[in-house]
Amino acid sequence: MLPENLKEHATAAAVEAFDADAVASGKLDRGELTLEIARQKIVNVCRFLRDELRFVRLSTVTGVDWYPEEPRFEVVYHLHSLDRNERLRLKCRVPGSDPEIDSVTGVWRGANWFERETFDLFGVRFRNHPDLRRIMLPDDWQGHPLRKDYNVTGDRV
Amino acid sequence: MSDTTIPRVAETIPEEEATSVKPRRMSLNMGPQHPSTHGVLRLELELDGETIVKCQPDIGYLHTGIEKEFEVKTYQQGVTLTDRIDYLAPLSNNLCYCLAVEKLLGLEIPPLAQWTRVMLTELTRLNSHLVWLGTHAIDIGAMSVFLYCFREREDILRIFEMYSGQRMMTSYFRIGGLALEPPRGWQQRVRTFIDAFPSKVDEYEELLTNNRIWIGRTRGVGCIPMADMLDMGVTGPMLRAAGLKWDTRKSQPYSSYDKFDFEIPTRTEGDVYARYLVRVEEMRQSARIVKQALEGMPGGRWTADAPHVVLPDREKMKTQMEALIYHFKIVTEGFRVPAGEVYQAIESPRGEVGYYVVSDGTTHPYRVHVRGPSFGNLQAIPRMVEGTLIADVIAAIGSMDFVLGDSDR
Repeated sequence: MLPENLKEHATAAAVEAFDADAVASGKLDRGELTLEIARQKIVNVCRFLRDELRFVRLSTVTGVDWYPEEPRFEVVYHLHSLDRNERLRLKCRVPGSDPEIDSVTGVWRGANWFERETFDLFGVRFRNHPDLRRIMLPDDWQGHPLRKDYNVTGDRV
Repeated sequence: MSDTTIPRVAETIPEEEATSVKPRRMSLNMGPQHPSTHGVLRLELELDGETIVKCQPDIGYLHTGIEKEFEVKTYQQGVTLTDRIDYLAPLSNNLCYCLAVEKLLGLEIPPLAQWTRVMLTELTRLNSHLVWLGTHAIDIGAMSVFLYCFREREDILRIFEMYSGQRMMTSYFRIGGLALEPPRGWQQRVRTFIDAFPSKVDEYEELLTNNRIWIGRTRGVGCIPMADMLDMGVTGPMLRAAGLKWDTRKSQPYSSYDKFDFEIPTRTEGDVYARYLVRVEEMRQSARIVKQALEGMPGGRWTADAPHVVLPDREKMKTQMEALIYHFKIVTEGFRVPAGEVYQAIESPRGEVGYYVVSDGTTHPYRVHVRGPSFGNLQAIPRMVEGTLIADVIAAIGSMDFVLGDSDR
């Protein structure tokens, strides 16, 4: 559900018109539009945004860990449309018990490394990713350092 | 000696292999210590003769956990980390991070600080492009360009040192403005440099632009179609060399870039030579911006009027109790930043650098994500070199102008 103040916003309204169930919430804060998207709808929404609204660039994909809140992880996508000179942030909440979300590499190939990085540092798995390996850390590394419960001092277990 | 005592070579190889004419594939491991990979990039190449069949870049050798480190620093301390991300363009990273946090705080930065920031960021762009040009030329075999480029780079580093006391890790931009008052005599120093600089660019061009070897090594090499580049997250001069007139300084101006008059150079060929021409022209444009900043530099304060964020003047601290209290609070625990999140993108010498800062209302960032332009650009290496000759790899990856600290963080 979009809040009232975003019903007039062209991009937000277009996404809601495309699939009202996909938009969990939205906000316009400090001039930046954020839409929270239902986890299972992310690929469809991204494809719509790229093809219909010309968000040809995916600037970055990353995560935020809200431990101990649940659903714990936020996967954050920053999109950019050159034609409209507009930026957009998408977010998906992903539970800590099953940190998995569909990969958007089928929409933008550039998502490949960004998703690998998020997998490496947060442990969020991306379904249908062509090459989901660690990218920053060695393959035999234990744990995911950007998680808030990652032990940074003392012995690593 | 008879034939029976020494086995002939052919006899030691199994029949089917000795007679087959199928060419053997060879794997070649380039880097992470290869000098032309400019840092610690590793490329796993699969070769068929001299043609590259498959290329797999491997990064992460320079991963230092900077994003994690941000979470235990106060907002102001975080500035020092941003220098170390892209160590050839430290001030661009300083600026982007400061702009992001200032957006969260809702701070208004005085014109003097904004213009100084523009001037120093453009000098950073010159610095970075000079290092790129020198090292790229040396990779391809033009030794002397390197010496000319580093001569001018030294002047720029001296200017940085004059401002901040540091040559590379300046941390001169602070949240709320600048770290120190601009030093006395800076105008003369910058003017001497910038007046002479365009003629120095002519010197580089004389050495390279019409050089037959240079053209032979760079023209028609390393092209990627525009649609692929956008799809893969490539940004910066690589896009402009292929004809896309997109520069964040123009499309979404920050730090009063809209008050400056400059062009965005573009080419259409999209090869290594076009990238060279675009960067050389960008140097001329940056010099123009620096000159405008020098001539029109406004007066006033160099920090924002925000006592809860900016450290008070020394004099006030000794005479006013409030100033002393603010000083104590800022130094001991830092300042609180209202909860929220912002993504700030700026045009660094390499492309779009973006800081995504999440605040939970405390004195430390909850999460800082850095979108390094090199990270996006490096993804396109396989697309660029697969199917080409191994000798072109050096020219092709050099033209990307990546910094591994920026991609690995």
